[in-house]
Amino acid sequence: MATQIRELIGNHKILPVSMERVRDEDDLYELGMTSFASVQLMLALEEAFDIEFPERMLNRKTFASISAIDRSVSELVSGRA
Amino acid sequence: MNAIPPEIRAAAPVVTPDAPAKPFLDRLFADGVLMPTGVDGLYGRSGAFEEVIDGFERLVERFSREDGAVKIHFPPAMPRVNMEKSGYLKSFPQLAGSIHSFMGNDADHCQLIAALTEGRDWSDYQSPTDVVLTPAACYPLYPTVAAKGAVPMSGLLFDLKSYCFRHEPSKEPTRMQLFRMRENVCIGTPTQVTEFRERWLERGPKLIASLGLPCELDVANDPFFGRGGKLMARNQRDQQLKFELLIPVNDGADPTACLSFNYHQNHFGTLWGMKREDGEEAHSACVGFGLERIALALFRHHGNDVAKWPDEVRDVLFG
Repeated sequence: MATQIRELIGNHKILPVSMERVRDEDDLYELGMTSFASVQLMLALEEAFDIEFPERMLNRKTFASISAIDRSVSELVSGRA
Repeated sequence: MNAIPPEIRAAAPVVTPDAPAKPFLDRLFADGVLMPTGVDGLYGRSGAFEEVIDGFERLVERFSREDGAVKIHFPPAMPRVNMEKSGYLKSFPQLAGSIHSFMGNDADHCQLIAALTEGRDWSDYQSPTDVVLTPAACYPLYPTVAAKGAVPMSGLLFDLKSYCFRHEPSKEPTRMQLFRMRENVCIGTPTQVTEFRERWLERGPKLIASLGLPCELDVANDPFFGRGGKLMARNQRDQQLKFELLIPVNDGADPTACLSFNYHQNHFGTLWGMKREDGEEAHSACVGFGLERIALALFRHHGNDVAKWPDEVRDVLFG
């Protein structure tokens, strides 16, 4: 799933840096993800994984790193099954 | 980061004066402070109301001059392309106002008149102009600064004022569709702009208290649109990018944000390519004064007859 998340971040130009340099634990905000880019990422994830982030997840932490996103998306995908 | 100074946090609790039976807006109309136009949020202002605003602006200007802020005045409209580029329509599509005009020929004109006569929607015959209404006083500033070249290492400071438009019709007199915003804006290094904001976070509450008004400083967020907007609002709060100075004004409602203190980080620097002389992206911060809101707070707390306001308030405002 982390690979898919990486692809989404890259394809939607969420970060101003190349994805090869980004580690799973890196803080995406520190790497230059703007607040609006995090919204674009949220919408892209919802579409790609057919999920809807509940209100409790609409915060900075949910989208702070690839592994954090992985955890949230996994939770929502397994909840849907 | 940017914690609220303790002396401000310990300020007197915010109290709304006992609400008389008639709604505040109706009392303002009855006493001729504001004049209705038939549209909520669009009002005429009395001479006394304007004098109060003039008086308050003189107080702000004393600080702006001391700081060496450069005064610029833009009309209350800006190029449509600049609003498109600014991201305003991504974050606040519900508030934006665009200006349309008739651009047709004689035949189109006949259809326009026919639609009007028959009471049909005539907006089909209108086309967007190159101009939109200014949503915040500082929006026209950033492209202007960017066009001038690198921001000097000493930073830039501006003192702005504009009528602003936001489409949010309301019966609350403090939520007007067309209102004036006075703004001081600092552009420079992160340290320069956060220090500028800290300075105003200290001055603002003192300035309002000197007018005999209760106030309270709080972390805030902008009214971003939609579900994505919730995420943006939480981001803004988590990072304490926006503070508001709240004054109780409306009957039985939460206190009203009359001043706001915003740290934009490099948002406008990136957007408009504003670079400093050392090649780094410029950061910016602004303090905004909602002039009608501040005047309304004064009328709410001191009464609709300015001549009867406490001497100490009159002295500060008109002295």
